[in-house]
Amino acid sequence: MLLALPILLPLATAIGLQLLPYRPRYLRMVAFSGALGILGAAIVLLIRVEAHGIQVLQVGSWPAPFGITLVADLFSALMVLMVGIIGVAITGSSFAGVDPRREALGYHPLIHVLLMGVCGAFLTGDIFNLYVWFEVMLIASFVLMSLHRTRSQLHAAFTYVGLNLLASAFLLTAIGLLYGQAGTLNLADLARAWPERRTPALDAALSMLFLTAFGIKAGLFPLFFWLPASYHTPPAAVSALMAGLLTKVGVYAMIRVFTLLFADPGAGVYTLLVVMSAATMVVGLLGAIGQQDFRRVLSFNLVGHIGFTTVGLALWTPAALAASVLYLLHHMLVVTSLFLISGLLLRQKRTTDLQALGGLYRAQPAVACLAMIPIFSLAGIPPLSGFVAKLAVVGSVLESEHYVLAAVALGVSLLTVVSMARLWDESFWKPGPANRPPTPLGATILAPSVLLIGLTLGLTVAAGPVYALSMRAAQQLLDPNGYVLAVLGKEARRAAR
Amino acid sequence: MELLLAITAGALYATGVYLMLRRRLAQVILGLSLLSNGSNLLILAAAGVTPGKPPLITATNIAAEQFADPVPQSLILTAIVIGFGVLAFALVLAHRVQRSAGSDDIDAIRPDSVRVSSDKPEQT
Repeated sequence: MLLALPILLPLATAIGLQLLPYRPRYLRMVAFSGALGILGAAIVLLIRVEAHGIQVLQVGSWPAPFGITLVADLFSALMVLMVGIIGVAITGSSFAGVDPRREALGYHPLIHVLLMGVCGAFLTGDIFNLYVWFEVMLIASFVLMSLHRTRSQLHAAFTYVGLNLLASAFLLTAIGLLYGQAGTLNLADLARAWPERRTPALDAALSMLFLTAFGIKAGLFPLFFWLPASYHTPPAAVSALMAGLLTKVGVYAMIRVFTLLFADPGAGVYTLLVVMSAATMVVGLLGAIGQQDFRRVLSFNLVGHIGFTTVGLALWTPAALAASVLYLLHHMLVVTSLFLISGLLLRQKRTTDLQALGGLYRAQPAVACLAMIPIFSLAGIPPLSGFVAKLAVVGSVLESEHYVLAAVALGVSLLTVVSMARLWDESFWKPGPANRPPTPLGATILAPSVLLIGLTLGLTVAAGPVYALSMRAAQQLLDPNGYVLAVLGKEARRAAR
Repeated sequence: MELLLAITAGALYATGVYLMLRRRLAQVILGLSLLSNGSNLLILAAAGVTPGKPPLITATNIAAEQFADPVPQSLILTAIVIGFGVLAFALVLAHRVQRSAGSDDIDAIRPDSVRVSSDKPEQT
């Protein structure tokens, strides 16, 4: 039951929000309490998984390969926890005011539908169900993105919709071919049955289809072009939500499917993934340096740093995969808080164009110092969480003797420092244009960013325990037997003999 | 039968991809719908076609050759429903884009020259 809660709570909240009369204050309260509920369920789930191992729920009591299974291992539980945290921050940010037209058109229920889709994708143990959750998540994000449209938002939304639907078609094709060969959709059952039936040709076709489908969703080079074209147009809270969660679901799905189905570290697809990860880092960060808009700089940084999270899968060692998990946690917190900070800038200056920004340090040193933490954390300045995560990634890359990749990662880190230092300088440090002084920001507006930044600092302080947790998650991922046994139970053990 | 289905699915994929590479929004959307139909056919063909056998049976202890696999059919049904919803949304979005930009050429509606800060909400 606990496993279904992160899906059922946002569903119930979304339905409840639709039924409530339109009173913004109540809507915001209900949406916020729903998100708090998800966070609570996620914490309990993580504790349970930590204490008792992989948790499984057979939906409708159908036995494992026939019904839909919900599975939570440490990686899933950690990701659901991040959904809870980001959900609380985003719904909390609506207390400071949401565009009333968006609010009337269903902003709050849509956020919860999106959260439901993301939680579902993280928890499902069935590959077709994964596709369905992807669609739930996508349609909610489509509507959030194109709600109350301006012209640039419409164009961005169309690019986003078109490319993501293409990715869905690829995913569906791969699932169809996989079912045709293996005759099952349950991920654990597939992990057991698929290795016996795979042929080199089919293996290559399927792994490429999955890589393309999840690569588009995760924003890997050369499939990321929809992302910087669309993430800077919706309101800050929506782009923060999407930046924090959606691309990470792509990375999660890639890690989940590849560790279960293509457990063959020498396969060519992993060499390709190493190249793609490195190219994603370089192209993303080079793109970021050329941008003139706060949120576009962030979007390109988001793309570039996705490369760090796929390296772990490509190298296929416990240390590398643990580094990926740690990097995902750090990246989700930092990117969400940075997009929320872009909302603060929008509120103060009505623009995120770097040329029109500036002078904020003089006007509000406290806010500027607050923003400095995630900016420098993303850049990887010690001792912030970005440094810890980058150290883990580069360390594991060196350990597996991919020296070129390590050099690329370090070079890209330097580019990130340049890009982030410029961002800080342009938007806070340089003297502002001579116009009216910005209005001070209240506590309500700052609270969500403060929460996320506080957690980033927490991740710095607790880096050791969190890394140990990531390591255990990685070991679970690299040993599919535990997953198969947890889902299929004793029957699988009998069949395996 | 499978060969025919495979050729049809291939033709649908090819046409879909060709249309998605065009510049007009309507063609892109048609391409998407052809692609999703192609993948539906592919699921059916890949799982094997058993003509003349029912997918749902009441008798137990029956050999696998006696009935058709119902799972691909339910997968396709789900995918059709999802595809329909998404297609409806994409059509409305394209209509909006066309109304606000006065063109359905994807190059003509690029917002490169439009500053985000000076964007005005579309008049509806």
